[in-house]
Amino acid sequence: MRHRLSPFLATMLVLGFAFLYGPIASVVIYSFNASRLVTVWAGFSTRWYGELLENDQIKGAALTSFEIAFLAATGALILGTLAGYVLARYRRFPGRTLFGALVSGPLVMPEVITGLSLLLLFVALEQAIGWPQGRGIVTIVIAHVTMGLVYVAVVVEARLSAFDRSLEEAALDLGARPWKVFAVITLPLIAPALIAGWLLAFTLSLDDLVISSFTTGPSATTLPMVIFSSVRLGVSPQINALATILLVVVAVAVVIAGRILARTRSSPMP
Amino acid sequence: MSGVLRAARPRGDRWARALVVGLPYAWLLLFFLAPAIIVLKISLAEQTLGVPPYTSLFAAGRLQATADNYLFLVSDSLYASAYLNALRFAAGATCCCLLIGYPLAYGIVRAPLRWRNALLLLVILPFWTSFLIRVYAWIGLLKGNGFINNLLLGAGLIDQPLTLLNNEFAVYVGLVYSYLPYMVLPLYAALEKLDPTLLEAASDLGCRPMQAFWRITLPLSLPGIIAGSLLVFIPMCGEFIIPELLGGSDTLMIGKVLWDEFFTNRDWPVAAAVALVMLVALVLPMGLLRRYLVREAT
Repeated sequence: MRHRLSPFLATMLVLGFAFLYGPIASVVIYSFNASRLVTVWAGFSTRWYGELLENDQIKGAALTSFEIAFLAATGALILGTLAGYVLARYRRFPGRTLFGALVSGPLVMPEVITGLSLLLLFVALEQAIGWPQGRGIVTIVIAHVTMGLVYVAVVVEARLSAFDRSLEEAALDLGARPWKVFAVITLPLIAPALIAGWLLAFTLSLDDLVISSFTTGPSATTLPMVIFSSVRLGVSPQINALATILLVVVAVAVVIAGRILARTRSSPMP
Repeated sequence: MSGVLRAARPRGDRWARALVVGLPYAWLLLFFLAPAIIVLKISLAEQTLGVPPYTSLFAAGRLQATADNYLFLVSDSLYASAYLNALRFAAGATCCCLLIGYPLAYGIVRAPLRWRNALLLLVILPFWTSFLIRVYAWIGLLKGNGFINNLLLGAGLIDQPLTLLNNEFAVYVGLVYSYLPYMVLPLYAALEKLDPTLLEAASDLGCRPMQAFWRITLPLSLPGIIAGSLLVFIPMCGEFIIPELLGGSDTLMIGKVLWDEFFTNRDWPVAAAVALVMLVALVLPMGLLRRYLVREAT
């Protein structure tokens, strides 16, 4: 292939990436601004990071968010892997069409609808069987598992479809039990997809405002809720500092995951 | 052959298989399908004071459904205009995403091979960072004494700050910015598959680059264009954060209306009716259209 980048395309690349990264860069730069006025530069300072570390509300919310994201990503990983496996390997079973629709449904559903409908379910369940008692971390985790599992399923299904199943079939024909085939052959092969899927579910949960706001109760406030209520009142340098920390954490995690994926992809596939 | 062997497998494996299918199936039925049915049920109830704030559908042994919530949505023009607004904003922003995303994706495909993965990662990276923070970044850039106004004032291009925030412009910027990565990825996937020898052949036969683009590249990347457009259009329509933070009083979108009905007015039945209308008038037709178009294009 001729790798010719016309001047027009090169310009579009530069402009496109400037558009994608300019606003993020502005948040990072102004997080080190000495002035409270977010838009006037008054010298370098790490003052807002210091204040952030003393803000108990934000620290508590961060802890809640990470707890929810960890539980939700793990739950989504387990259920999503099963769902992806079913989609890729079980061609025919009763209700497969409905299953396919259910897995792709949450992907296209606007968040406000997902959030509202889950809340109404929780309220109806509490009335009918007394569970869940009130709303909080548990109900947010359930909502995030539902949202995350479909993303994990898509990633796992793509990975499973990418390698042929002769290895699995050979092991089955040689008398290995299906669960053993899954543990010894399938699982190591899809490990990169599992890591990517877990991270995806984790960041989706960490970032979610709308679904959490619907499904939470007075007991649980997540980080995006604190950011949102603060942002509604205007721009604040503490939020810039918090945003910068989150950006760095996510960027490092994504680059590491990218490395893992790239390494396993370049290794010879069976 | 393996099928024959597997049919003779112990009973435990069939149970395992049922479990593998059953667990995610049951979860999705309970937490995705059942909620949708409950939304329908509550949209037919009436608002009351109490916990929960809606009437029971079966009281005193008979069905007590009401279409009042839907009649209310029709009678108040606020809902129709919020719905049309959402469609208008989403359609405009989808076109802008396409206009910016297409050259971007094409540029990445044409870039030297050693850069390509890095460029692709750079497109995906903002998608991983907080949506809320990316929208927040634009407040600092667009507001009256924000970065862009300061820059323009400093350069002497304008005399007084432009109103860039809390209007339609800001909503468009926010939508395009937030959803651009979703558009670039399917476009990249479609453009990468394009066989470059087609363009070489066209060029050898005397076809000019522009003509080759319109007659070869664009038609062949149509599946990517459709996939990307529909991928961004539906969530844009239901968007809440962007109109709330960047929009003003004249940029009401249906997602924000649902939020306000629920959190501000605490009218759960009307919120449920809004959700159901969105589902029937937006998500279902777009989902069907997507299936149809993707099948046609491939």
